[in-house]
Parts: sequence; C-alpha cells; structure tokens
Amino acid sequence: MKKSTHISKIAILIAALTVSSIAFTACSSDEPTPTATNVPATATSAPVPTSTRVPAVTTTTTPATATPTRAPSTATPVPTIVSTAPCPTKGVTEMTGAGATFPFPLYSKMLNEYNKLCSVKVNYQSIGSGGGIAQVQAQTVDFGGSDAIMSATQKTQAKGGAVLHIPLVAGAEAIIFNLPGIERSQMKMTSEILANIYLKNIKKWNDPAIIALNPGLTLPNTDIAVVHRSDGSGTTFIFTSYLSQVSTEWKDKVGAATSVRWPGDIGGQGNEGVANQVKQIPGAIGYVELAYAKQNNLKWTQLQNKSGKFLDPSIEGAAAAADVASLPDNMEVVITNSDNPNAYPISGFTWLLIYENQTHEAKADAVARMAWWMLHSGQQYATPLDYAPLQGAAIAKAEALLKRITINGQPVLK
Amino acid sequence: MAGRNTIATSPLPAQKTKLSDHPASANWGDRIFYNLVRLSALFVIILSSLLVIELFHGSWEAINKFGIGFIWGTTWDPVKEEFGTLPTIIGTLVKSLLALIIAVPISIGAAVYIAIFAPKWLRGPLSYLVESLAAIPSVIFGLWGLFVLVPIVRVIQIWLKGHFGWFPLFSGPAVYGVGVLAAGIILAIMITPIITAISRDIIRSVPKSQMEGMLALGATRWEAIRKAILPYCRVGLAGAVILGLGRALGETMAVTMVGGNAFALITSLFDPVHSMASQIASEFSEATYSLYISSLIYVGLVLFGITIIINILAQILIWKISNGKVGIIE
Repeated sequence: MKKSTHISKIAILIAALTVSSIAFTACSSDEPTPTATNVPATATSAPVPTSTRVPAVTTTTTPATATPTRAPSTATPVPTIVSTAPCPTKGVTEMTGAGATFPFPLYSKMLNEYNKLCSVKVNYQSIGSGGGIAQVQAQTVDFGGSDAIMSATQKTQAKGGAVLHIPLVAGAEAIIFNLPGIERSQMKMTSEILANIYLKNIKKWNDPAIIALNPGLTLPNTDIAVVHRSDGSGTTFIFTSYLSQVSTEWKDKVGAATSVRWPGDIGGQGNEGVANQVKQIPGAIGYVELAYAKQNNLKWTQLQNKSGKFLDPSIEGAAAAADVASLPDNMEVVITNSDNPNAYPISGFTWLLIYENQTHEAKADAVARMAWWMLHSGQQYATPLDYAPLQGAAIAKAEALLKRITINGQPVLK
Repeated sequence: MAGRNTIATSPLPAQKTKLSDHPASANWGDRIFYNLVRLSALFVIILSSLLVIELFHGSWEAINKFGIGFIWGTTWDPVKEEFGTLPTIIGTLVKSLLALIIAVPISIGAAVYIAIFAPKWLRGPLSYLVESLAAIPSVIFGLWGLFVLVPIVRVIQIWLKGHFGWFPLFSGPAVYGVGVLAAGIILAIMITPIITAISRDIIRSVPKSQMEGMLALGATRWEAIRKAILPYCRVGLAGAVILGLGRALGETMAVTMVGGNAFALITSLFDPVHSMASQIASEFSEATYSLYISSLIYVGLVLFGITIIINILAQILIWKISNGKVGIIE
C-alpha cells in the first residue's frame, strides 16, 4: 500500500512536469511553422484513443526533445501526417518478430512501453540477423530485424515478395585499444592506417605512419594484437563494410560480411569477448559497439571521417551519418564513411524487415502502426541506451517506406 | 563401459541362461515391461539415425559443392563462399588431447585417494565436491577462464617463451594468453570431475580381497594399487577417460571464450585455436545464406564422424587391453 501511493505520487509529479513542458514547447516552437506540426500530430494523437495517463507522459515528451534536431530539416519535403494512431485498430493483441541482437536492448524497452500504451504484446527474439532474415523469408514472424541488408538471393527466397527495409536507429562502433599511458581520444586514427592494421600490413605501434599522425604521443615498439569478433555479427558487417569502402586491398582480400576470413590475430566472442581481450593484451586493438565501450570505460581512438575531421565515436556522429541527402528511397544503404561532415565514419543502421504486400489485414495494420510508433515516439528511448535516433532525411524516407505497406493493393497507413 | 565393468567385477557366479531367451514366458506385466524396455532401446537407435539423416540432409548442399575435400580444406571464407575445416579439426583434437594429458593423471590420482585412502569423514565431502564440480555450467568455467585463468596463462607463456623459446611448441605469440594452452587447461578442469567420479566408483567396485591379498603378500600400498587394483579395472578406467574425451571434443562455450578463435593451422601451444563446436555455435545465428549454413552443418557432421571414429578406436583399445575379453563373464 505504502509503495503504491509513493509511486502514484511520483507519477502525478511527472505528469504535472511534462504537461507544463508541453505547454511551454507548444507555445515556443509549434505556432510559427505549420509544417512542423507533423511530428506533434502523431504524438498528440496518442492520448486520443486511450484514456490512461501513462501514454500522455511518454509520447508527448518526444516532440519536445525532437524539435530542435528536426528544425533544420523542414526544408526537405517531409510528408505531412494527418494522424497515425499508434495502436492496432483491428484487434491484434500479439505480434512476433525475430532478428538482430544489436538493437535488442532498445527493442525490448520500446516494445515494453508499447505494451503499456496499447496492451499489445510484441515478442522479439534476438536470434541474429541471419536468423531474422530466414524467419521473414519463411513468413513465420510478423516482422524481422537485421543489421545487414538482404542480398539479392535472399530477396528471391522471400515467400511473401518484396521486403521493406525500414531503418529504426543508427549505431556507432568504437575502435578500442590498449596502450599504457595513452588515454581515451588521445590517439588519432585514419581509415588507411586502420585498414592496414587489420590487414596486418602495419604490425607495430611505432610504425612511421602512426607516429606521423600522432606526433605528441610516445608510441612503444609493441606488436599490435588485432582482435575481431569470432561470432557472426552485424557489428562485424558494419566494420568490414567500412574497411571495404576505404581500402581496395581490404575489399579484394577480405570483403564485407557478418563474419569474414580475418588476416589476423584473435577472435573474441561478442562485444564482451573483444573488449576483454583488448583490455588484457598490451598492444591490442579491437572494435566494439559504442554503447559497450561507453559503459565499460574503454579507451577509444579518434577516427578521421570522409571530410577529414577527427571524431570520437558518438550517437550524434552516428545520427549525422544517417542524415545525408543522398539516401536512396528504399534505405537499403550502408552509411559507413558518410558524406556528412559531422558523421562518425563507422556507423550503421539497424532495420525492421516488413513485407510490402501484406496478406492478413489486421496483422498488417498492427505491424505498420507499431513500426510507425517505433519510428516516432519510440525514438525517445534510443539516446539513453546509446543508440542514435533517426533525424532529418532518414526519418522522412523511413516514413515514406512505411506508407508503402499495402493490403489488397490499398496502403495500410493513410 | 562402466556398466560392463560392474558386471565383470561383480562377485556373482556366471549366469548361463539369458533373460532374452524367454521374452514371452512370463505374465502380462513382464511382457509389458519387456516391450517397454525394447521400445526404449529402439528409441535410442531411431534418434541417432534421425540425427545422422538430418545432418546429411542439412549439409547436402555443402557436400555437393566441396565433397570430401572439405575435411582438409584450410580456407573458411564466408565472403567468397569457400569453406574447409581442417584447422578446426586439428584445433579440436589438439586441445582435447592436451586436456586428457593434464586431466587423466590428476583424475585417477584423486579417484584412488577418495576410493582407498581417504578417511571416512573426508570421503563424503570430497565426493560431493567432485560431483558438484561436474555440474557447473560451462559458461561459468568460460568466464572464470577469461578473467582468471587467461592472465595467469599469459604470465606462464611469457616466462616459457623467455626461457624455452627455442622449443617449437613455445614459439607462438605468448602475449595473447588465450589459445591452445588456455583452452586445454580449461577443458582439463572441466573433464576432471567426470573422470574422477566414474573412476572412483569403478575403483570402489574392485573386491577388497584383491588389495588385501596383495598387502598380505607383503606388497606396499603403491604396488597393491598398481598391480591389483588398476589392472583389475583398466577397462572401466578407459571408459571413464573416453567419456571425458567425449565431453572435451564437444565442449563449446568455455573453449570459445578462452581459445582465441582464429581460423588457422596451429603450430604452437600459444597459438589461438578455433574448434568445431565453437565455430558452429558462434557463426550459426548470423550465417546469412544457405551454403554457409550448410557448411556449418557439414562441420557438425564431421565432428559427429570424428566422435564415432574415436569411440570405435577406444573400443578396439579396450579389447586389446583386456585381451579380447571385456569382462570375466562373457
């Protein structure tokens, strides 16, 4: 009893605070530009069908945080959304999805909130991108998750026809290292040196190329121990895609995939495996997801992006990598080595895989609305978990993709 | 094997009549029981045949593409769709062998102590500890290995390389810590309780008169154990070792965590090593096309084949050491 009154007090307090902040942001930002109403429209539509207080709190905070980042992109043609109710309208109460492990912490948070909002249970099994693609091909799940783009052969094996790749968030990968005396962000790294290290062309830390780039550091005559992921993973796919983009030698000799034929040295199981080897072995270098590097206080390098800037890995950098005008309409694009001057170069999307032509009316409605919610209100859970919420051009293209979902030739989201 | 041995060492006189001669003779209850156990035996056969069929079915694409050459292929390249598995076969065998070399003397020593020498008050707790050690999940061993064992192994390796670097087995990169040596040690720790527990039971099943007789003849305890007890239960001990080897061959998680997982032919004890089971486990979920998945299942088929070959060799070995006779009663 005591506990519940305590909780309800907190809830009331939060509600009061958010209501006041809504009022504030509504006055300050929404009025002058009618085009900007597209985002609040989706959010404010949330409380309409349901009467609970929780959704009002959770959903309305989005526009407040999203408005500043969205502001510059009003120039790009953003489709105006009249209203998209977040919850399934045709009685679906359960959905299943399967796929990538990388976004799993975020999806479970999002889907948990979605369940609170709509009383729809969504079961996402993090079995890996390959497994997710297979399940989508066999039509055993309502949606899939993948860190990799489906290949042409995989697409032909999909029983239900065309599969849409809907990007949900972006992520960045940190290059971590272990050299006593050199701290986080102190070392600079270029794509060329990184590729040569992973190709085993550069074998010592005091290689002239590294010294020339880092004149202020005293680099030891230590062997570089190259650590990679031994399990197949989307992280490896993004990392090797980047190396293939920046180095023709890498592209010819190794290539890009969820697991590749590594020139050297040791493999670690999962992010924790790689991080651990790097921590323990003096002179080691490795790559892990940004969230993992942050939470474990690992030392990372600054990496030079395509525009020549040296950047720390960050969710802002990943979001910038995804926000470029040249994104294709189908969003089946690798955003490593992005053109955006603020982009961190080793960034990647994680996608939802949904069939374009749905066969089950209620399910189609439910999946499309859930994806829409994840793409808008759901994005607020990304930053705290170290994923980059989509912004600008990326979100507009993703919206357009969701509108392509059809049932009997009719679009599901109008 | 342990079962056979207990028959062999049981003090009962040899039975000439076999139960299976009279399956239908007895009453209804007996008949039902007879059919039930027959069904159970049949179930095991069906299960293993289904396993083989499924393995062949799943790996058919890879078998067609690479043939038997898959076994001695040394390239594993998911990008260029070229697969061969020799490095993992060698890795699996070498680390298992290393584990046996370390574990067998310790296990049998411990079993002899628990079964023969340990005072009564110590015997119970010791047995209990050994058994609970066998029940620890392998991921725990893996984590412990990664955080505790690997740093120690690194120090040992650096020392070994510094002093005996000329020795070919110590020529690899010492600083990694992970590798053949760490994997072998962790496997040895994991199979020791199994071998110990089974060996203890087998040694205890040796009739007391055997040892007492030796002692009465003036033998020392060591002589009594070496000449009376160990030969008496060598078949059972061999069985215990083979069970341990079976676990070592198939062990996945712990080895993946401390092995280093580099797909290359190993040349020294310090090299990172990949094993068949860990390769299947770590790559299966993200294998993105059918030939890749098929090749991983092919690895599973080869591992299955290796396990069977080793079991057959072990049977032959047991026949040899018991002069073609498995037990007293046959």
